[in-house]
Amino acid sequence: MPKDGIGASVKRKEDYRFITGQGAYTDDIDRPGQTHAVFVRSPHAHARIASVDTGAAAAMPGVVKILTGADYAADGLGGLPCGWQVTGKDGPMVEPAHPPLAVDRVRHVGDQLAVVIANSAAEARDAAEAVAVEYEPLAAAASIEAALSPGAPQVHDEAPGNLCYDWEIGDRADVDAAFAGAHHVTRIELVNNRLVPNAMEPRAAVAEYDRATREYTLYTTSQNPHVIRLLMGAFVLQLPEHRLRVVAPDVGGGFGSKIFHYAEEAILTWAAGKVARPIKWTAERAESFVTDAHGRDHVTVAELALDADGKFLGLKVDTRANMGAYLSTFAPCVPTYLYATLLAGQYTTPKIWCGVQAVFTHTVPVDAYRGAGRPEATFVVERIVETAAHEMGIDPAELRRRNFVPADAFPYQTPVALVYDSGDYEGTLAAALASADYDGFGARRAESEARGRLRGIGLSAYIEACGIAPSAVVGSLGARAGLYECGEVRVHPTGSVTFFTGTHSHGQGHETTFAQIIAERLGVDIDAVEVVHGDTAKIPFGMGTYGSRSLAVGGSALARALDKVETKAKRIAAHLMEASEADIEFADGQFTVAGTDRSVGFGDVALTAYVPHNYPIEELEPGLDETAYYDPANFTFPAGCHVCEVEVDPETGAVEIVNFAASDDFGNVINPMIVEGQVHGGIVQGVGQALLEGCVYDDEGQLATGSYMDYTMPRADDVPSFTVSTRTTPCPHNPLGVKGCGEAGAIAAPAAVMNAVHDALGSRGVSRIDMPATPARVWQALNA
Amino acid sequence: MHDFTYHAASSVADAAAKVAGGEDAVLMAGGMTLLPTLKQRLAQPSDVVDLSGVADLRGIRVEGGAVTVGAMTVHDAVANSPEVAAAIPALAALAGHIGDPQVRNRGTIGGSIANNDPAADYPAALVGLGATVCTDRREIAADEFFTGMFETALDEGEIVTSVRFPAPAAAAYMKFPNPASRYAIVGVFVARTTGGVRVAVTGAASCVYRESAMEAALEGGFSASALDGMTASADDLNEDIHASAEYRAHLVGVMARRAVAACG
Ligand SMILES: Cc1cc2nc3c(=O)[nH]c(=O)nc-3n(C[C@H](O)[C@H](O)[C@H](O)COP(=O)(O)OP(=O)(O)OC[C@H]3O[C@@H](n4cnc5c(N)ncnc54)[C@H](O)[C@@H]3O)c2cc1C
Repeated sequence: MPKDGIGASVKRKEDYRFITGQGAYTDDIDRPGQTHAVFVRSPHAHARIASVDTGAAAAMPGVVKILTGADYAADGLGGLPCGWQVTGKDGPMVEPAHPPLAVDRVRHVGDQLAVVIANSAAEARDAAEAVAVEYEPLAAAASIEAALSPGAPQVHDEAPGNLCYDWEIGDRADVDAAFAGAHHVTRIELVNNRLVPNAMEPRAAVAEYDRATREYTLYTTSQNPHVIRLLMGAFVLQLPEHRLRVVAPDVGGGFGSKIFHYAEEAILTWAAGKVARPIKWTAERAESFVTDAHGRDHVTVAELALDADGKFLGLKVDTRANMGAYLSTFAPCVPTYLYATLLAGQYTTPKIWCGVQAVFTHTVPVDAYRGAGRPEATFVVERIVETAAHEMGIDPAELRRRNFVPADAFPYQTPVALVYDSGDYEGTLAAALASADYDGFGARRAESEARGRLRGIGLSAYIEACGIAPSAVVGSLGARAGLYECGEVRVHPTGSVTFFTGTHSHGQGHETTFAQIIAERLGVDIDAVEVVHGDTAKIPFGMGTYGSRSLAVGGSALARALDKVETKAKRIAAHLMEASEADIEFADGQFTVAGTDRSVGFGDVALTAYVPHNYPIEELEPGLDETAYYDPANFTFPAGCHVCEVEVDPETGAVEIVNFAASDDFGNVINPMIVEGQVHGGIVQGVGQALLEGCVYDDEGQLATGSYMDYTMPRADDVPSFTVSTRTTPCPHNPLGVKGCGEAGAIAAPAAVMNAVHDALGSRGVSRIDMPATPARVWQALNA
Repeated sequence: MHDFTYHAASSVADAAAKVAGGEDAVLMAGGMTLLPTLKQRLAQPSDVVDLSGVADLRGIRVEGGAVTVGAMTVHDAVANSPEVAAAIPALAALAGHIGDPQVRNRGTIGGSIANNDPAADYPAALVGLGATVCTDRREIAADEFFTGMFETALDEGEIVTSVRFPAPAAAAYMKFPNPASRYAIVGVFVARTTGGVRVAVTGAASCVYRESAMEAALEGGFSASALDGMTASADDLNEDIHASAEYRAHLVGVMARRAVAACG
């Protein structure tokens, strides 16, 4: 194995660029003649737009153009599409129009209704403030509860009662029957708190139009530029692919919020055609808070039926999910196919029913956020399992063991559609408990008590469906696109390699991980490999990065493309060595005729492919450049166990995480250091959800947590040093045996933390505390 | 940010003249509060007079049992000053817990107290220690300086030049931070001074104030147990998404007891 191959903790190739400030982000791009855009946004959660007067603003210095919702409507272009259709009990979901610039009504604070384009950002902003909008404010429904209450203000006329869909999975009567025979039923109510994604780089875009070629180019902060090209080109602006290039350069974090096609992208591209000058827009942080799609926001009641031994008999889950004011690109599938299908968790629960009502509210759209649906599912399952264990007086680890899908039961069909491919849940549980010193907890608790502190420990044995995803499966579930991945391996004449991937790296380290696979397979130096992503003009096609899919799907496409490269290279080598192709072996960059010492290096073969003087031209084309599309047979199922230990100061309510241990099964690991980093980041986000982050709208629909003065992002000193490790059961159905690691921490951690908090507070009679468990909330609960 | 005219002041007198000369001029210290306000277009001054070039305003002096901190001294300098640590360790500790390293290297004591954010830390130290605010025109006792939410006794164009803290027999500051902003939800500064025990509370109300009942209890016996069962009255305390008035009232008691205990 080369030193930088699979399994090595290679330092990230991209980090020199980032650490020295040489990353090239969208806002770093300046095009000749560039103008700047500022959007006019609603200060109201809900209002009728009586009039928009741009006259005074248009006369201000530097203003190039002002475009309104009426201008957009006059051009007869499309609204922002939703990429997934969920069919509920009463038929397809309600899919209201989503004009990129509001015309007669605004539906959330931040809803955009006009754009001002000027020579400078400051002039655009001055003029945007001078656009006179006459609003007739209307009552708003700013929460799930408010939107579902009788007589609630309507977000969309076509969605009576603000219901987008009422969906279910499983046979309710069957599950009820299972409950009828139960020895014990545990019931919990919970809120999965709404989160603001807060990527470090705010969204930005630069659009330009070339009058000579009639080609549009959009630079945008996207996790999936090809999808943006498809959605924006085909559905919104009606531009064919060959006249629309979308580039997602260095992107500073996404966490899901940059998957979606946003109005600003379409408006800038459309407007660039009108002004025939490049236009740049960069969100201010306050703008990000009210326009980036938020995450989570569920209200759930769940019941678990158990027999006398603690075997799970059935699970019933009733969830209401906030969609926000409009359907963002993937919003409908998050609380359904990415949520309810995971409710079996790691367990053999035979009967499961889940009902989901998706609700429109006068808030920012809600869509996928790191984990997307799976953190919500894990939170329900792991909170109720832990609660049941405490209620029945069974050790929580033992209750889990009694119900795990055994290691020899794979492939395992759950009652909620998925077929788990591999796993060893006992193994990850045992490893996590060992590194958390679970057995020593009692002594630590006593020591805390002596200091007047309450100590608690909590587990979270999570599972996720990743590597999104098999096209046939997601298509049958309502996805309007396939979810395969594409990779092109271009071997250059001197043997260096460029890999073009349809996935997109915005912090995940693809430039290193993919290069390691290529170094391993072709025997080339890792520095002879370049990974290119994020440009529709360079990469054949791609579905982008989300759902921990880059390695499992994009890496598999790479493996397939490498197979093709190897096959062709072997034929060239066979020709060069005048041997039979079947006798050629390839290892460590050398092609050898089996059983002989005749060999030729990879570089010589590459040169021959491009300088085909001595070449079997009748049988073989010159060149060594292969593309593969990979559509997986199944999702992958990373799983593991996280253990959190907290100490609560009962006088102030402050919760401190004193220990956090994780054991994860991600299948084969390409770069352990990068995996560890992904787990750390995920855990911190999960801790953020559990203890710190809570998006609050007031009753009028104003965002009360619209800046970092009020929205608590996790900081380094909020978390301890983590103990993380991996245990591997390879994925059986993809060529690399990999499962994906990007979301695990955010999926597992909230339940682990909250189980620990409940454990700590249980002795003081606290049975329910919602996330985020802030000091004020904990104190309130202790003194209720 | 709207346009304004920038002036670099060369001395206190020069700054005073430039502020007086502007139609709607403001002073700038480290800009930690001022610049975000300008960027968000919440203020539109005609002129900004930058004090960062006025060397006289920077620095720490300890003499005659008092610590004098120049108005333009950044928090980091106070936090890491061996002289402050020796004379009033609680003051150095307080400065070391303001904001983050960037803020501590730009933000100043003059800017902090002139701004008088109800959740800022320094006001508790000034009131808790019975400090004196020196300006280009006069001296103002801390008890008279902080007059209301974001309001002080400073007159139009008056410039804080330094703050003089008498060294106490013992003092400690306990801060319960807002999880988001890390300003104080409640901060209590307790000091045993020659003039008696002082208990100053920040974060809880619209402006820093003294808990006279707690001061009286501590005069009767300076120990944490003297405050057992005592809280602030919740009546006029702040209420927001982070903390109710009751919670703040309770925290005043907890932080006060912890501060007393920390006085040793
Ligand atoms: C991210 C962040 C976190 C923070 N956290 C905390 C915290 O935890 N605790 C805390 O106490 N504070 C905190 N602060 C405030 C910080 O400590 C600064 O002290 C405060 O912002 C003032 O900044 P400045 O000194 O740069 O003054 P500036 O912003 O320059 O000025 C502030 C105001 O004071 C006036 N002014 C400045 N100097 C003088 C003078 N010499 N005479 C008269 N008027 C003057 C200015 O005109 C202006 O109105 C935080 C600030 C930030 C940005």
